[in-house]
Amino acid sequence: MAKYLLLKHYRGAPAAVNDVPMDRWTPEEISAHMQYMQDFADRLEKTGEFVDGQALAPEGSWVRYDGEGRPPVTDGPFAETKDLIAGWMIIDVDGHDRAVELAGELSAAPGAGGKPIHEWLEVRPFLTAPPTVTE
Amino acid sequence: MDELLLRSLTPGVLAVLVRRGADFAAAEDAVQDALVAAVRVWPGDTPRDPKGWLVTVAWRRFLDAARADASRRRREDRLDEEPAPGPAPAVDDTLQLYFLCAHPSLTPSSAVALTLRAVGGLTTRQIARAYLVPETTMAQRISRAKRTVSGVRFDRPGDVSTVLRVLYLVFNEGYFGDVDLAAEAIRLTRQLAAAIDHPEVAGLLALMLLHHARRASRTAPDGSLVPLAEQDRGRWDTGMIAEGVEILQAALARDRLGEFQAQAAVAALHADAPTAEETDWVQIVEWYDELAGLTDSPVVRLNRAVAVGEADGPRAGLAELAALSDSLPRHTAVAAYLHERDGDLPAAARLYAEAAHKAPTLAERDHLTRQAARINAERG
Repeated sequence: MAKYLLLKHYRGAPAAVNDVPMDRWTPEEISAHMQYMQDFADRLEKTGEFVDGQALAPEGSWVRYDGEGRPPVTDGPFAETKDLIAGWMIIDVDGHDRAVELAGELSAAPGAGGKPIHEWLEVRPFLTAPPTVTE
Repeated sequence: MDELLLRSLTPGVLAVLVRRGADFAAAEDAVQDALVAAVRVWPGDTPRDPKGWLVTVAWRRFLDAARADASRRRREDRLDEEPAPGPAPAVDDTLQLYFLCAHPSLTPSSAVALTLRAVGGLTTRQIARAYLVPETTMAQRISRAKRTVSGVRFDRPGDVSTVLRVLYLVFNEGYFGDVDLAAEAIRLTRQLAAAIDHPEVAGLLALMLLHHARRASRTAPDGSLVPLAEQDRGRWDTGMIAEGVEILQAALARDRLGEFQAQAAVAALHADAPTAEETDWVQIVEWYDELAGLTDSPVVRLNRAVAVGEADGPRAGLAELAALSDSLPRHTAVAAYLHERDGDLPAAARLYAEAAHKAPTLAERDHLTRQAARINAERG
């Protein structure tokens, strides 16, 4: 009963094994990839471990407060920003081992040539509410 | 209408259906339907025999569902309208439900969910909200759990320690949504204590009451954590403490010590101290020694190091701590505290900041960050 965020990066993660950009895949390979992701989420829903999954557009703005009564400042994109998050899945599992196991499965999504991408996914535990018995 | 009364009838009603030959999964669905119907009907027309009413409605639902299922499968099987007289129960039915829902073949999260629904009578939606997951996810978790235990014989006694672990998990999860899980865990443990005479069940109930009694003082109005030593003891629930102590003493008198009784004994010593300074740390260390003999949990040894630090001074506590792996959760936080007590403020500030970085919960992280900031400000 612990929540984990599985983070997928557009860039900033170490290179995947099967590191062919998606726009060089065949349409069938792209469909197979999408289907794999969908099946994975469906399976987690059936095991009662799925919380949320979202994809993010690569484009975004940086926003900053600019003082009382003034509109916020927007800027970017900044070329030097290394990490670019592509999306996430949130899972609710019995522990860290299970989170790692599932991230491993997700990383096996097929890419170019129908072979697993072996991409790096980041696994981050949620900070939780404190347990009742601590002392 | 009293929702708690209604929910307290859940295990008994479910057990009747199972005794009549309904399979557990279908019976459990039927009982949920009956509970929902009761919430709708009872406020205007409360039955004289609430349990009998629930049994009748649930049994009818079960037959309807079974018939629909049978016709779907185009079977000719005839279902008996009238329940067959079941065999005389050998073991208490409610108790059997606890065993089933905490069956060792279930993962902890499945056992918790199933217990809250089948024994606690909570709806899937309430459980989902309490654990902050989507309702569909929780529904799947529960139906999977029901499938997992579907082959388990209902009349075999189970292991009470697995039940206690599940109830302890529910208690420890805290408070979310519209269900107070800590209060629910206490209710379920009370119900269990009424069904079985076991010193560790009493020990767990005492432990829960002694911790729950301090709940109001554990957080400041802004939500930040208040450590035990700084809690306003005037806000502790003395009635609940007295009940916890009484239950614990009766359990300890039977001389079958277990983990929960020993933990409750520590909690009772804290509850017994009029001020933090008057805490009997020497006795607490002794209870941690007992606990260490009962479990090889490194968390117990960490807590013992804190107690030794209070009983024999921070240097003694640090010496205990040095023997433990610093990868233990809260090890760094304990080190920070003991270094501060020892007067080594630079080390304390550094360790508090490090502990904040590793903290598993938001409230602890904020608390530890504040400790580091406080020391840094004092040092100028």
